Amino acid sequence: MKRPMTCIECPQGCRLEIEADGARVISVTGHKCPRGDKYARQEVEAPMRTLTTSVLTRGLELKMLPVRTSKPIPKEKLFETMAAIKRIVVSSPVKAGAVVATDFLGMGVDLVACRSLNKA
Amino acid sequence: MKYRDLVIVGGGPAGMAAALAARAAGVEDILLLERDQHLGGILNQCIHPGFGLHHFKAELTGPEYADRFARLVMETPGIEVSLRSFVIKFTKDRDISYLRPGAMEEIRARAVILATGCRERTREMIQIPGERPAGVYPAGLAQKMVNMEGWIPGKEAVIVGSGDIGLIMARRMALEGVKVKGVIEIQKTSRGLVRNVVQCLEDFSIPLYFQHRILKIHGAARVEKVEVVRVDDKFTDIPGSVFEIACDTVLVSVGLIPENELLEMAGAEIDRATNTPVAPAVNLTSIPGVFACGNACKVYDLADWVTRDSELAGKMAAQYLKTR
Repeated sequence: MKRPMTCIECPQGCRLEIEADGARVISVTGHKCPRGDKYARQEVEAPMRTLTTSVLTRGLELKMLPVRTSKPIPKEKLFETMAAIKRIVVSSPVKAGAVVATDFLGMGVDLVACRSLNKA
Repeated sequence: MKYRDLVIVGGGPAGMAAALAARAAGVEDILLLERDQHLGGILNQCIHPGFGLHHFKAELTGPEYADRFARLVMETPGIEVSLRSFVIKFTKDRDISYLRPGAMEEIRARAVILATGCRERTREMIQIPGERPAGVYPAGLAQKMVNMEGWIPGKEAVIVGSGDIGLIMARRMALEGVKVKGVIEIQKTSRGLVRNVVQCLEDFSIPLYFQHRILKIHGAARVEKVEVVRVDDKFTDIPGSVFEIACDTVLVSVGLIPENELLEMAGAEIDRATNTPVAPAVNLTSIPGVFACGNACKVYDLADWVTRDSELAGKMAAQYLKTR
């Protein structure tokens, strides 16, 4: 059975047509680049999202530090991950790209600082 | 009077790209004025990914995109960055007065690039009737509160307008545990990117009401509910279609207006409908030697295009200085 899907890999937002048998993708059409094919297959099998949020800081020049997961995580784990991130407080100066928490929630994913922050 | 070759007002994506491009094109004396305590402008509060796919061929968050430029700007000799610096006066002769901590400076620039960005349109500008309770915020302000200050504006929210900021805030608030009860859009389609409708609303089962508008905001001290009505193709209310949504927060995401008060102060021609400079081409204004780039010139949907066009503005200013 064919079903439509919108690729979210880039702002173009290609309209895709997916032919799948359960979680087994038979064909993907409508994508303008290879990322669309990869996205559609992943989305049917197990949707993944990169999570970005902010964590509290203490003694640094901004109140919040923007962070991201180093890789996409399973979509159904977004809220569980948010709850765990809320417990983190960053109190040492960081550089953009620095790892704030390693192997987060045992998913093999790090939490990474998106900007540098110095002491207040 | 102290002279500077090129003064750039605004240290967001537009101002930083313009500064780097002007420097690369041979301008040796550049002063970049930024009113905030950091470079980056609005990118600092745009913590979501989606930046840099064109310019860096990598998907970055706003702060990461800003960081890459800010490092280059800070490391480049010939570009002086003055933070916490706010321009209070600008003339057609390119005289600039600005405040910085502890001083007021008066300088004359041989060329100026205004990269002052946008402000948000407000509830008042789209005339949503009703009471005036607390809990009504422009979506970008709420974005700054949540992402940079750690303040969550409410518990149950309705979003007016399906532009990208509204969509992105719907997801952001949902992730923070706010119940986002709907996005109300008067048009038949979203003004935002389709990927944002998918990843910000559908991912979180947030309803999007096309061809609907807010009839009234209710609440004494705090927002209590909104009345929503369906409209036809001529935006006329359809009788009998009114329904209510209980909420304590309304985010308004109904577009941006270029911030061009300095240009206006200098007497440049401004298009009243869009608040953009009247000029024959992108980045130009009606005053020779005064350029405008980024969202101050026209409202862009992607920061990558701001970078591209602002680099051109930097080159144009360099060219102007050479031929003058």
